[in-house]
Amino acid sequence: MTSMTTPGIVPGRLSAEDYARNFDDIYPDFDPHEAMVAADRCYFCHDAPCITACPTEIDIPLFIRQIQAGQPEAAGKTIFDQNILGGMCARVCPTETLCEGACVREMAEGQPVEIGRLQRYATDRLMAEGGHPYARAEGTGKRVAVVGAGPAGLACAHALAREGHDVVIFEAREKPGGLNEYGIAAYKTPHGFAQEEVEWILGIGGITLRHGMTLGRDITLDGLRGEFDAVFLGMGLGGVNALGVSGDDRGNVRDAVDFIAELRQAGDLAALPVGRHVVVIGGGMTAVDAAVQSKLLGAEHVTMVYRRGRERMSASDYELDHAATAGVKIITGAMPMAVHGNGAVREVEFAYSVEGPNGLAPGDERFRLPADQLFRAIGQTLDGAPEGLVVEGGKIAVEGAGKTSVPMVWAGGDCTAGGEDLTVTAVAQGRDAAADIHARLMG
Amino acid sequence: MADLTSEFLGIKSPNPFWLASAPPTDKEYNVVRAFKAGWGGVVWKTLGAEGPPIVNVNGPRYGAVWGADRRLLGLNNIELITDRPLEANLREIKQVKRDWPDRAMVVSLMVPCDEESWKAILKRVEDTEADGVELNFGCPHGMSERGMGSAVGQVPEYIEMVTRWVKTHSRMPCIVKLTPNITDIRKPAEAAKRGGADAVSLINTISSITSVDLDNFSPEPSIDGKGAHGGYCGPAVKPIALNMVAEIARDPALADLPISGIGGVTTWRDAAEFLALGAGNVQVCTAAMTYGFGIIKELTAGLSLYLDQKGMTLEQLQGRAVPNVTDWQYLNLNYVTKARIDQDLCIKCGRCFAACEDTSHQAISMSPDRVFDVIDEECVACNLCVNVCPVENCITMERLPAGVVDPRTGDTVSDDHGDWTSHPNNPMARAAE
Repeated sequence: MTSMTTPGIVPGRLSAEDYARNFDDIYPDFDPHEAMVAADRCYFCHDAPCITACPTEIDIPLFIRQIQAGQPEAAGKTIFDQNILGGMCARVCPTETLCEGACVREMAEGQPVEIGRLQRYATDRLMAEGGHPYARAEGTGKRVAVVGAGPAGLACAHALAREGHDVVIFEAREKPGGLNEYGIAAYKTPHGFAQEEVEWILGIGGITLRHGMTLGRDITLDGLRGEFDAVFLGMGLGGVNALGVSGDDRGNVRDAVDFIAELRQAGDLAALPVGRHVVVIGGGMTAVDAAVQSKLLGAEHVTMVYRRGRERMSASDYELDHAATAGVKIITGAMPMAVHGNGAVREVEFAYSVEGPNGLAPGDERFRLPADQLFRAIGQTLDGAPEGLVVEGGKIAVEGAGKTSVPMVWAGGDCTAGGEDLTVTAVAQGRDAAADIHARLMG
Repeated sequence: MADLTSEFLGIKSPNPFWLASAPPTDKEYNVVRAFKAGWGGVVWKTLGAEGPPIVNVNGPRYGAVWGADRRLLGLNNIELITDRPLEANLREIKQVKRDWPDRAMVVSLMVPCDEESWKAILKRVEDTEADGVELNFGCPHGMSERGMGSAVGQVPEYIEMVTRWVKTHSRMPCIVKLTPNITDIRKPAEAAKRGGADAVSLINTISSITSVDLDNFSPEPSIDGKGAHGGYCGPAVKPIALNMVAEIARDPALADLPISGIGGVTTWRDAAEFLALGAGNVQVCTAAMTYGFGIIKELTAGLSLYLDQKGMTLEQLQGRAVPNVTDWQYLNLNYVTKARIDQDLCIKCGRCFAACEDTSHQAISMSPDRVFDVIDEECVACNLCVNVCPVENCITMERLPAGVVDPRTGDTVSDDHGDWTSHPNNPMARAAE
């Protein structure tokens, strides 16, 4: 019988109930009583710090007051007015570093108003009403191409469609949603919410979605510029950084993003194999998501290794605590030196890092971790920037509301330089680029 | 532990907390539970005249107003006087008084406005050996439509007349319960005194509609789509009650009239305030109806601790604030204060700024990093910032010492008393010169 201690990479380490429990909603929706109790804690601050901390500047005190006043649907509208992906952001935003981190009650009591969960309460209720809360303006006859159906592309497309423009979204993968569909831990957005949300957003009308269209292969920027009045690029980061150590081409060494995507698309989690010993290299959200989900799939030992100190990890303290609670061991200050094994990985060798004159360098002290599976999560890269675009630090250079170096081409989301690589940041950039595109097209 | 033993009109009770005449005192079962919990006394729920018992509505009787976290701030009711047979009530009153001789047992009464009715009921109450009676001239709903309750309490002549009947036909101490649904509380109190009342108790409930159902447009509590005004009580009415108690207590013509304070007493602090404003004891209802009889432990322990901390007796507390209740015209206009914000306590919510900037005197500044400061040149010391701040003692009012120039007026602060009666802008003051 297969269990957590079964050697190798095998499926079915847990019972059906364990899988269901492990991958269910991590924070279930508030019931109305919970929502009222949580909403009552909001002070309706003047020029509220939570709004300032939100990349999409949702009027948080207003929407919470609307919940207090018994109109969660109106609260939902307040949220969507600023952030059409408010439902997803309520689930995946690192609120502890954004709105809730800025909440004055965090300062006062170390216990912020639960803004994220209240946002979900409001957005879920408005979405459950069916239909779509916005109407399209009269058609402008203008056509805009959007590359990538992720958060940036969807936010941009919705805002443009609302203004009356016709939008075509070109998406490389089978399903829309981008990282919402392929890249976020399953327990943060279970029950097919990502697809449900895309469908709801498309309810505005005027948006055509075309799948299997990869920029540079099926379409070109020049081609799009010829066919459309404006172009928005929101294709995210398609490439990943390599480890660059000996043996990193051994079997069962994978990119964490592929593992996460596979898990998100898995129909039956019990059929998804996972190692007994899993090692994840990296210190960001992708590393945390891969590590935690490996544990939730039944891996006995999961270790996350990051080359610098904990304070430098881009994953928040909250996420790291969550990983630790899930049973992930976190090692900091160690860098991979070699992947050992006979064909497939069996051990990963690390050196404790030392700060030298030329930056971080491996020290003399070494250790090895047993590994059936090794996940790389050391950053993603722009996979082949379109011809003619200025690239800066490996990402598309933009100015203002996402203007690129090419006329009538805008960009936003993870593929651009600037802003944190968060869903909510991508939404803000897509939305703001749309406003700029609209002004330009109608000016 | 300070001694809380109380004597009101010669009626002794182990503490000054009585349960007011209301649903909690409608029958033996409740009252015994209250006495077991430690309540000092009860005013038994109002008895009516002999005959078929009163009927109540069979739908909801209460409506409410809530604060944050659904904390009950105000309650209204459309319940009438006791709907149990007179016999049953009298039998239970007698039994409870016999079983709990150290507790105060006062019986609330409301019968038609004729001498015979009062004479009849008084005889029967005396037989119970209760300690006294309270005349319900206060209930604003239901019974008032039948010429009783506040219909009597709103006409001083009726108060005087009925009180006189009661004092003529009974030896029992008589407390007249006043309705706040009038313009000047001193008039009914004077009438009660003229009629021979031994004390007044106040306030009874305030005529109210708590809310409207916005689907069927019925006032709440809704009875088959209709609503009638009820009587409002609870923490929300305390300020009204305190003022009315003080108005009587500071009236020289009424100064010797004992007062039983009623209206939103929820914690020991509320009770201490009523006592300080001249009440001889307090009656409690809504707090008990909200939290149960167990609150008596906090009320008694809290009042006792407070008296210990102040080194005061219960008697010394009573009326202590009365000399400080005055008229606006006597308030010292040379008392100049400014708001002060404790930056260590400030949580940067900005509510003081919004309140002052939008609705008051633009006397609070806000820096880009959310530091809030008082602009003394603009601050009139209105206290709104103190009141809207969610953190207690974060914003306080500090007095400018004499000799300092108030940057708002440019005037040097004087330590002389100076009020409106002598102010140069007061034409009456000039006329007097």
